[in-house]
Amino acid sequence: MFITKYIKDVWGAVRSLATGMRRTMYYFTHHKEIITQQYPDNRDTLVLPERFKGEVVMPHDENNEHRCTGCTACELACPNGTIKVITKFDISPEGKKKKAIDKLVYHLELCTMCNLCIEACPSDAIKMAQTFEHSVFDRNELTKILNNPGSKIMEGVE
Amino acid sequence: MWSFSHIADEINEWLNKTFNPTLALTIEMVIAGVAVIGLFATLGLVLVLMERKVSAWMQIRLGPNRVGPKGMLQSLADTLKLLVKEGLTPNGADKLLFNLAPFIAMIVAMLLMAPIAFAKDFQLWDLNIGILYVSAVSSIMVISILMAGWSSNNKYSLMGAMRSGAQIVSYELSAGLSVLSIVVLTGSLQVSDIIQSQADGWWIFKGHIPVVVAFITFIIAVTAETNRAPFDLAEAESELTAGFHTEYSGMKFALFFLAEYVNVFIVCAIGATLFLGGWMPFHIGNWQGFNHVMDFIPSSIWFFGKTFFLIFVIMWFRWTFPRLRIDQLLNLEWKYLLPISMVNLLVTTAMAILGWHF
Repeated sequence: MFITKYIKDVWGAVRSLATGMRRTMYYFTHHKEIITQQYPDNRDTLVLPERFKGEVVMPHDENNEHRCTGCTACELACPNGTIKVITKFDISPEGKKKKAIDKLVYHLELCTMCNLCIEACPSDAIKMAQTFEHSVFDRNELTKILNNPGSKIMEGVE
Repeated sequence: MWSFSHIADEINEWLNKTFNPTLALTIEMVIAGVAVIGLFATLGLVLVLMERKVSAWMQIRLGPNRVGPKGMLQSLADTLKLLVKEGLTPNGADKLLFNLAPFIAMIVAMLLMAPIAFAKDFQLWDLNIGILYVSAVSSIMVISILMAGWSSNNKYSLMGAMRSGAQIVSYELSAGLSVLSIVVLTGSLQVSDIIQSQADGWWIFKGHIPVVVAFITFIIAVTAETNRAPFDLAEAESELTAGFHTEYSGMKFALFFLAEYVNVFIVCAIGATLFLGGWMPFHIGNWQGFNHVMDFIPSSIWFFGKTFFLIFVIMWFRWTFPRLRIDQLLNLEWKYLLPISMVNLLVTTAMAILGWHF
């Protein structure tokens, strides 16, 4: 019936508005929920959220070994050509040729931090770092080579 | 005792002793004008800061906290910035109307200050049709907005002004009807009478559910009338840049800004007067002891406390609800608020005639 629907509408509206107002009142009275970071002042104690994406890095272990196989999945996944994988062929002790990376070039100035390369990587060789103070005076410094000089692939990563 | 009415009487007495009555009256008028302008300036500063702090805390932010202790001088700094900015008039604008519009907005806000009782026996003009005067004068506000929108020669401004016109014309009705329900209960349009009738309890407590409904309708309608979110279609930043004041800059913009906040203060003061007893302390029926303790709190504190509570509620609305579309806005008024307040007025009238209120 029309009138019951009308009253139901009004009641539903009032209730949903009250729900919203309760939420904002909760935030108004609970100042510990405030998420603002007073950045330059708290630079030493700054805690960023876990999923913050600052730049792509390639972690190396203590033996200067990384997990990158040079499969170029990240290069293919990248929507704007940020990553360029330059591969070479290593000769293994048995005399077999094996593909490996020579350089993994990363153009920070092109990167949109979309995370697609990290998701594409089959061997978890690259990840997002939390650093974000990227300003430099020379833009050539933004072109980074992610693998350390002289590094090689970790044992057992295919 | 240091009360506003006492100070006013002292000044009046001294002026009448020193000067002839005409000159004394003129001086009193000047003093009242200066006091109103001073109140405006203070209200502007306090309300802008309050709005920014409230909005920040509701959105889990910190808000202004750099200028002065805890950011308290932020609005003062903003005002200084606006004062030194150039008040630009666009080339294609209608110069006279463009420059007149902000002053009309301010004049309306000033006129509305007249019948408001700020404290016990402290009122600029206790005219016998105070409430009618308020609802009549407050609708002039829309003319300043239309004027600003039309004269800017800018499609955004014009659209904002037209929306504002549609909005204020619609919501004036339910605001008027909810005000009427209190007038029906009191039997008077005079502000002082309405406050006196609440000496044994505020109308929102004495009037049962119909007055509560009228109060809610009133708050919604005045939020729409002052063009504040969720009814801020007239300035809707995301669609119309700034609506009717897109072309304004410097002090002319500041006047519109100030007029908005002063209007919020005024409608909240009217709401507090009608529903929450104005300067009347919180009294419960015949509890002599309790009523006496409440009387010790000065009446001006009661008035400003209630008014600022209502202002907070309106800010709470603004920072909680998303903006309505124009069709939703008109639906809300014509399909919901108006029928509800009409039925509510009928119920309130029956209640007043049959004496069912306390």
